[in-house]
Amino acid sequence: MRRLNTEVAIVGAGWSGFRSISPDLSFREMMFEAATKAYTDAGIDPRRDLDGLVTAEEDFHEGIAISDEYVPDQMGAVLRSVHTIAGDGLQALAAGVMQIAAGAARIVAVESHSKASNVLNLDQITALAMDPVFQRPLEVHPVFIAGLELRRYLEVTRTPIEHVARVVVKNRRNALRNPRAAFPADLSLEDVLDSEPLAEPLTRAMAAAPADGCVVFVLARGDVARTLTDRPVWIRGLGWATDSYTLENRDWEGARYLRQAAERAYRQAGIRSPRRAFDLVEVDDTFAYKELQHLEALGLCRPGEAGWWTAEGATEVGGELPVNPSGGCLGEGHLLDASGLARLLEAVLQLREEAGPRQVPNARTALVASWRGLPTTTGAVAVLSREP
Amino acid sequence: MERWVYPTTGLKQEDLEEARVCMTRAPLRGEYAWDAGVAVGRFLAELKAGRLVGRRCRVCRRVMVPPRMFCEQCFRPTDEWVPLQDTGTVLTFSVCTVAWDMRRLEVPEVPAVIAIDGASPGMGILHKLGEVGRTVDEILDRVHIGLRVQAVWKPPRRREGAITDILYFRPVGA
Ligand SMILES: [Zn+2]
Repeated sequence: MRRLNTEVAIVGAGWSGFRSISPDLSFREMMFEAATKAYTDAGIDPRRDLDGLVTAEEDFHEGIAISDEYVPDQMGAVLRSVHTIAGDGLQALAAGVMQIAAGAARIVAVESHSKASNVLNLDQITALAMDPVFQRPLEVHPVFIAGLELRRYLEVTRTPIEHVARVVVKNRRNALRNPRAAFPADLSLEDVLDSEPLAEPLTRAMAAAPADGCVVFVLARGDVARTLTDRPVWIRGLGWATDSYTLENRDWEGARYLRQAAERAYRQAGIRSPRRAFDLVEVDDTFAYKELQHLEALGLCRPGEAGWWTAEGATEVGGELPVNPSGGCLGEGHLLDASGLARLLEAVLQLREEAGPRQVPNARTALVASWRGLPTTTGAVAVLSREP
Repeated sequence: MERWVYPTTGLKQEDLEEARVCMTRAPLRGEYAWDAGVAVGRFLAELKAGRLVGRRCRVCRRVMVPPRMFCEQCFRPTDEWVPLQDTGTVLTFSVCTVAWDMRRLEVPEVPAVIAIDGASPGMGILHKLGEVGRTVDEILDRVHIGLRVQAVWKPPRRREGAITDILYFRPVGA
């Protein structure tokens, strides 16, 4: 895909949470809170202005079949176009952008949420995504896949495990300055390395814990965006890809899904040297090594370089390229299908200079990258800018 | 039609039982505890007390049941709790002769939407009708759209804050 032939901007953002539990709100009430914030932020009345709604959700995470039928009321989208993506929230963003680019809508809301605390056997639900003939009969917790991948990553890139632990220390510390974060903490490398082993060499502290929350954005066509706000965040490039899924012979090293997604997004945005193109990055860190693997797949550093880069402090908020100033999934909590939108939310707030104590000075461009989680090989990338 | 018939080997129950074919069992287990939240939480607590409640939106003036904290028409928070009657009017109904797992039922079920007195027109509860007969003909003879009905509650000690705290609705004066 070449450049988007229609300018599309994010003109409103809202959220509810994020928290490890949220027994005071139903998922509908949580969505209403986030949507009210987003529409107020955008200065729109959804009953008058909203053309459509795109949500990202997974029935098995909701415990309701065809759960997308349960969304329009609390989003102000009754009798509007409603479109659901079974995927990560960034893929829902892409669907919203395409509706505007295709001329089907002027203003679209994009939503995703997590009520992870309501899924009593979340690990077994994740296991249902594995092959019923070859893999499920082995009855191993799906986190083993992260263990397999981490071991290959350490071996092939010669990355010390301490550098993986450093990602956890950095992100949970960044979360200390983020009021949305569910799991802020000041940890030492030893705390991370000595935490409970999950799927060796992966420890519990290297895996993001699930959290509840909801994120909503309002997208608008360029001309409409300019009338609504004087601080639109422009979507300059989008890409998403899914690699071969087999555990028996998938690519275990390079996160090819994200490399492919990034190439598409960069081409669309006209970016030739991604290393120098961004002021900050929000990238999936569901498992700490994923941040390193994803930074390399995004072309921000060479394979094997991300760990050393992290160890030198280059990815800290004051460093050469801040990565996950929000605290990432490790610090904010893993929002299931809404994880990509949580990454996007921080990037939008940073570009609007509304990130408070964790603000990256003069942030003009941002890169957002998501992963659909275990056991998938799906990733999405968005390039954002303060300029159209 | 001959050309649509393909040579196949049918699988019989004993082929499975005697393990003449390979088979994998993959049971699905999903366990959830949905947070009821403000609106549904209060509604369920009121059911336990033997009462129905709704929520009013001051802008469109509708009283909604089951209650919600937002008005989907006005997209704004609803404003106040409104006590409702446990009587109402049948909006539509069906006589269902199969159970949820497709067993034939000796006595049919009568699911109905009941517009609740005190709520806005068209606002109601989905429940079952009872004491309306044991055969399809008997039921169709006694039930009609517009029939006035009233809730039959479980005894207070057996209520648990669930929609089943109402056993069924029966015709008023039956
Ligand atoms: Zn209203």
